[in-house]
Amino acid sequence: MDFQLSFLLSADVLPLLFKGMATTVRLFACAWVLGMLVALLLVGLRAVPWRWLDWLVAVFVEYHRNVPTVVQIMVWYFGMPEILPRDIKLWINRGDTEFLFAMIALALNASAFFAEDIRSGMRTVPHTQLEAARSIGLSAFGALWHVILPQALRISVPPLINRALILFKDTSLAMAIGVVEMTYQTKAIENLTFRSMEVFVAATLFYLVASLVLMALGAWFNQRFPPAHKG
Amino acid sequence: MPDMIDLQHVNKWYGQYHALNDVTNQVKKGEVVVVCGPSGSGKSTMIRTLNRLEPIQGGRIFVNGEDIHAVGRDINVLRAGIGFVFQQFNLFPHLSARENVMLSPLKVAGMTKAEASELAAGLLEKVGLGHRIDSMPAQLSGGQQQRVAIARALAQKSPLILFDEPTSALDPEMVGEVLSVMKQLAAEGMTMVVVTHEMGFAQEVADRIWFMDAGQILEDSLPAEFFSNPQHPRARKFLSDVLEPRGAATLPY
Repeated sequence: MDFQLSFLLSADVLPLLFKGMATTVRLFACAWVLGMLVALLLVGLRAVPWRWLDWLVAVFVEYHRNVPTVVQIMVWYFGMPEILPRDIKLWINRGDTEFLFAMIALALNASAFFAEDIRSGMRTVPHTQLEAARSIGLSAFGALWHVILPQALRISVPPLINRALILFKDTSLAMAIGVVEMTYQTKAIENLTFRSMEVFVAATLFYLVASLVLMALGAWFNQRFPPAHKG
Repeated sequence: MPDMIDLQHVNKWYGQYHALNDVTNQVKKGEVVVVCGPSGSGKSTMIRTLNRLEPIQGGRIFVNGEDIHAVGRDINVLRAGIGFVFQQFNLFPHLSARENVMLSPLKVAGMTKAEASELAAGLLEKVGLGHRIDSMPAQLSGGQQQRVAIARALAQKSPLILFDEPTSALDPEMVGEVLSVMKQLAAEGMTMVVVTHEMGFAQEVADRIWFMDAGQILEDSLPAEFFSNPQHPRARKFLSDVLEPRGAATLPY
């Protein structure tokens, strides 16, 4: 068997690999940010004492927890355009439709898990913290934002890092709808050149190194913002 | 002197349990009222209704002329004008001492960061913690944490501070440092309602003593009268239990 490192470094292949990596990183970053925003919204909605709202959020979470992620991506890419008005559909189609829908599906999927992680972190913050926050005049939202969430997030960091790693690896599912991210690119190069071992080693190394970087970021965050201890 | 607090026929139930039974009384501006009574007598419940941490089912409570439990009042604005000090301090553990004190001025009163920081530094200096200003709560002793909590209440610039058993969670050697800060506030004319078992503090600082039992204020008197000549039999029993604990060094069997 001949393993040619030079094949990967050639001017034909290397730019393609970098392009795939860039798309993967972009997909992950966008989905993470959107997912975190939606998760915070979900946590906020659950704090509102309306039963039907609580129920709606629960349905959202259960859908994303129990349906395969790749199905969720396909629902967005193949299903959603069917029910969108024509003008919006045309407007979306002018952009990178595959990337957009994959990003939305991955973000919503991650948000359901992010929200659950943050909520269990919030349950560890004692009720007296809320009382103290309200007693100095903060609104319910102000208390959540300035007092409860900062403490809950610190506790939620380890599970959130895990979830970010899963999201990062799940970006490869976007190949199912033709997003040219790292896995799609790897497969495409392999189809053309049959240098299977080389390209999959490259992909493996990329995912491994990126995941380790994410874990290092998490460790740094934990050190910088340690969970607060009660005195 | 106008009333700072006016309780009118306040009633509160926990299910079937009548926690506050037709409580009516007033606290004047600048007064220090010490509330005492056996546990379960309703003192903590009463003080917590004064800033609406607990709802009431009957009666009205006015603080500084504002109807605290009126429907539709912006409770956040009302609470910002009432300091509250908890038994368990309840500092925000993710914020330094300074940041704890700054939070209300910054987010409720709308001060700039520089103004709030300066205010916090001054108040922490006042409670004797100028040297611990950037410490985290976990690095502070109980007495120090409670003094930060008092500074946090003072940062609301309110004319009234409520204390719910402020020294009950402290080791004995730290009680003094907290009480001396409270004495200083009383001397400066702060209106204070203090739920406490510290009878020495009551005797020295209080303008009036409220003795509560079974959700009622049974006795409202000057400290000198209360300690020398309590009127109600239950007050007499309470005082003898607190001041000369019976069988303190013996076992019941």
